[in-house]
Amino acid sequence: MSTRLATGGRLIDRTKRLKFTFNGTHMDGYEGDTLASALLANDQMLVGRSFKYHRPRGIVASGAEEPNGLVHLGEVGRFEPNQRVTTTEVFDGLTASSQNHWPSLEFDIGAINTHLSRFLPAGFYYKMFMYPQAFWKHVYEPFIRKSAGLGRPPVEADTDRYEHFYAFVDVLVVGGGLAGLLAAKQAGITGAKVLIIEQTAQWGGRSLNSYQNVNNAPVDNLVDQLFSELQAMPNVTLRRRTMGAGIYDHGYVLGYERLTDHCPDAPGPRHRLWRIRAKQIVTATGAIERPLSFAGNDIPGVMLASAVRDYVDNWGVSIGDRTVVITNNDDAYLTAITMKNAGLDVPAIIDTRAGGGGALADKARTLGLRVETGKAIANVEGRKRVTGVSICAQAGEGAVLQRINCDVVAMSGGWSPVVHLWSHCGGKLLWDEAQALFKPDGDKAPTGADGSPFVTAAGSANGEMSLDVCIADALHSGRVAAERCGYKSKAAKIPVISELPTTPIEPVWIMPQGAGVKLRSKAWLDYQNDVKVSDVQLAAQEGFESVEHAKRYTTLGMATDQGKLSNINGLAVLSDSLNAGIPQTGTTTFRPPYTPISMGAIAGQARGDIFQPVRATPIQAWHIEQNAYMEPVGAWRRPYCFVRGDETHTEAVAREINQTRSSLGLLDASTLGKLLVKGPDAGKFLDMLYTNMMSTLKPGKCRYGLMCSENGFLIDDGVVARIDEETFLCHTTTGGADHIHAVMEEWLQTEWWDWQVYTANLTEQYAQIAVVGPNARKLLEKLGGMDVSAEALGFMEWVDGQIAGFDCRIFRISFSGELSYEIAVSSGQGRGFWDALLAAGAEFNVMPYGTEALHVMRAEKGFIMIGDETDGTVIPQDLGLNWAISKKKEDYLGKRAQQRPHMTDPKRWKLVGLETTDGSVLPDGAYAVAEGNNANGQRNVQGRVTSSYHSPTLDCGIAMGLVLNGPDRMGEVIGFARLDGDVTEVKIVDPVFFDKDGEKQNV
Amino acid sequence: MSDAVSALGGIEYDGVVSVSESPLQGMITLRCDLAAPILKETLQTTLGLGVPGMRAVLTKDAYAVAWMSPDEVLVLVPYESAGALAAALTAGLGEMHSLVVNVSDARALFALKGDGVRDVLAKIAPVDLRPEVLSDAVMCRTRLGQVAGAFWLVDDTTLQVICFRSVAAYVYGVLTDAADKTAQIRYF
Repeated sequence: MSTRLATGGRLIDRTKRLKFTFNGTHMDGYEGDTLASALLANDQMLVGRSFKYHRPRGIVASGAEEPNGLVHLGEVGRFEPNQRVTTTEVFDGLTASSQNHWPSLEFDIGAINTHLSRFLPAGFYYKMFMYPQAFWKHVYEPFIRKSAGLGRPPVEADTDRYEHFYAFVDVLVVGGGLAGLLAAKQAGITGAKVLIIEQTAQWGGRSLNSYQNVNNAPVDNLVDQLFSELQAMPNVTLRRRTMGAGIYDHGYVLGYERLTDHCPDAPGPRHRLWRIRAKQIVTATGAIERPLSFAGNDIPGVMLASAVRDYVDNWGVSIGDRTVVITNNDDAYLTAITMKNAGLDVPAIIDTRAGGGGALADKARTLGLRVETGKAIANVEGRKRVTGVSICAQAGEGAVLQRINCDVVAMSGGWSPVVHLWSHCGGKLLWDEAQALFKPDGDKAPTGADGSPFVTAAGSANGEMSLDVCIADALHSGRVAAERCGYKSKAAKIPVISELPTTPIEPVWIMPQGAGVKLRSKAWLDYQNDVKVSDVQLAAQEGFESVEHAKRYTTLGMATDQGKLSNINGLAVLSDSLNAGIPQTGTTTFRPPYTPISMGAIAGQARGDIFQPVRATPIQAWHIEQNAYMEPVGAWRRPYCFVRGDETHTEAVAREINQTRSSLGLLDASTLGKLLVKGPDAGKFLDMLYTNMMSTLKPGKCRYGLMCSENGFLIDDGVVARIDEETFLCHTTTGGADHIHAVMEEWLQTEWWDWQVYTANLTEQYAQIAVVGPNARKLLEKLGGMDVSAEALGFMEWVDGQIAGFDCRIFRISFSGELSYEIAVSSGQGRGFWDALLAAGAEFNVMPYGTEALHVMRAEKGFIMIGDETDGTVIPQDLGLNWAISKKKEDYLGKRAQQRPHMTDPKRWKLVGLETTDGSVLPDGAYAVAEGNNANGQRNVQGRVTSSYHSPTLDCGIAMGLVLNGPDRMGEVIGFARLDGDVTEVKIVDPVFFDKDGEKQNV
Repeated sequence: MSDAVSALGGIEYDGVVSVSESPLQGMITLRCDLAAPILKETLQTTLGLGVPGMRAVLTKDAYAVAWMSPDEVLVLVPYESAGALAAALTAGLGEMHSLVVNVSDARALFALKGDGVRDVLAKIAPVDLRPEVLSDAVMCRTRLGQVAGAFWLVDDTTLQVICFRSVAAYVYGVLTDAADKTAQIRYF
């Protein structure tokens, strides 16, 4: 069993006991424990089930590479699935539970799959789920959806807060191990601005577990010294619990800082996403130990040799009493020595190398440990826990020589540099035959915009595995990075290290070398996704020779750990199957993030009230006070209707319309775009932008205009007012203001750069209020200040003046068909002016109306609405707006497109009014049916509804729509499909339903 | 006629730094050829200020002129005088092709005061705020959270932030969220 040792554990504070639960069981840990070390201290080796076969899974590693230890963490608003136990620091009150099993972790029905594994080989899904076709929808997909994913998704809103932080530095060092600290110092002393980030809570990394001396003192002393030196440097910033998640173009790096994961009750943001721009990046990301591929290597109790050692060293936890070490290199001997020194039993060290190890092996023998050379593990015994191993000759086929009782297997297949960040932005790799590892190719570093390198790898991340070379390399990398930023560097004093003589690694990809299919189909490569040696071999056999294809066929490395442990072993097996070299086979692509980051960190502060910007008019507060029902229009929220008492929305809209048509209504039209266009060429410019002629407009007058894209489609409309000879004010739709301003600037800056025109977006400078209805003039006359009579201010004219003491500009324009004044005052006075209009309008029972009343009233008048009658495929000619298209002008945007055959096709659907014969309201978007079916067996159509409302004025349903030959078919009755399958009879009519002669607006 | 009001009525927040909505500020957009001698002359006679170089902000008494783009400056004046000064600038530029317009009411202005103004702003604006890179008197047009904005440092502990009036509440929201005392970062 795994347990806490009586002494030891440099990271834990035994005076601070913490309580937590796992699957409801109360457990104890110490401050400094990870969830992994604390679970192991409580003899909880089994932590989950694998994805495919639901095999029992125990902790394998001690860091970010852990594939098995994924749990549900927290509760309610803090519940998160797939949290890695090795990188989760224990806190008092932590609750965790295991994933991917039913009904329980100990007894899982899904584990039956393991006995069916013969029938579930690689590519099973692709082969099985193809036939019969009908099974996909009703059988396979529901089944796959049920079994997909490991953890449960959270259902409650996240209660924590998150934020981003933008940092700009000269040198960013990713990794706070010995190499990172050295590189940071070496860069820092040049004066460069340095940021160093470390994913764990401790500085020093694995150097602290190396038992080596630097300058005749333990390496810990050097780490402490470097840390205090860096802290004292004003140009160096250190951040721990911050992972370098990804490197992107132009030196952009994402750093993932976990501020309160280890103390969730502390105030402040939980995670902070650092968005870093660095001139140079040093990746001092260390190395990860590789597993070995032998039968039964997934049984809980089989762990990385370094992890077995770490749990003793760092947290005072023994994984078991009897540890068998299996290795192909010298490093794992340290684990055996550590176990022995901790008073634990090491029945055997099995070294696959016929010649055995170097100085450490001698030391192990001196301690009385049994070393077997040229041997291998034939099989691991046990189900939920290792009970023993059978050993065989590595060179053979697995004939068992001896059985050894043990409860831990510590394996080491060598070390792989963490080249992920180096590779994110295009850094290439070299296969180092001697060390059997992929390392960064210094000649093919990621390059920036100027073609020169911006990433340098340092230390073991650069493939320098012995401490002396690692240190020299780190110092060099720090210097290079600073120099590339333009700083003058100094030569570093390289510390004295007494390195022990080692014997080189001898790579082992399959154990034993001649393992038959029975052993190979029990040798796991990917623990999380259940990919075995036999699966990769099958993929190669079936022709998936590219490493990327083999990966997808087998799902190797596609789990949440992204194959940190499995990739190299997998591609080595693939190479072997293909009889190709490892470098020829190559690696799969490393993509960010290094380990998963939280959704909250990505969202940052964008949640709640500041989830997205919502634009407000100067009169917004009044609308909210009235409890108006709001709807989004672009980024604005506009009142849809102002509900009074128990009214329904329909009733409110009807009331607002009736009151406006009979007396007086007010509309907050502040959101309409107001673009000022000025210059000697302004008229010429607007003639190009609008389909009709704007240059002939007289100052003081207004004209309605249409704007098209280059492709001829209608994109915006609005009223243009000519202010003076050189100046126009263009009104746009609410949603179109920013876009049309951008369109104007684009044409002026890229095509007509020599035209003398300036534009300015004045949308927000003014609050604009439409005073609408038969009593509109009376209201303004009552407030007084200027002459608004028909003679002084005719329809489609504007004038500057004062109303009730407010400086204003009045446009006499109408979108409702009523007598209407749109009055602009400065935004700062918008609310004051609105209040004045309401107060003075009381005698006319003035009623503010919302966007729905606006829509209905314009539809009653047959006015088109951008976004209703247009959808990006409609040209003005479709809408019968030929009167607004100048025939005199040589050109305007969209003119040529509108002359193309498809645009002039008489069969284009055209705008008409639609009147149901029974007075009902047509469904918006409904299609007019035609005879027969099309090639796809669908009913033919001959038109569609673009706007449809109930008109309170006419007390019936009114609609507009585009219909084949519509304008020529006035009075004809056609059918429109309803959702229930019925067809509604509709009469084609003129789109102007109300006041066809415009008498009401022209008074 | 009523008194003009700012977007948020002078709302204030006390966090890592103080965030307060400033009273209405006169702002004039002026677009023309910035190299034209008549611009130099007009700014000098009207405001007593020169033409700012790229990204610069020139200040004198209640007036300031900030570079906004290769053909645009922002003129900051007292709110009440914006209309008259816009007219004076227009007149001064005479026949030269230009656009001068009062945009005072289209904007909101916030003042951030305190030791951590750079720390707070760096959470919402992707700008290099290192003191050796960004000193006072530099106008930065950038992004504040999800909207366009601009800012300049008056001194090491005072920051002026401009945004559009319609998104004043959003910008105030992101500024105060970033200035939350529990989220102090102490980077700069």
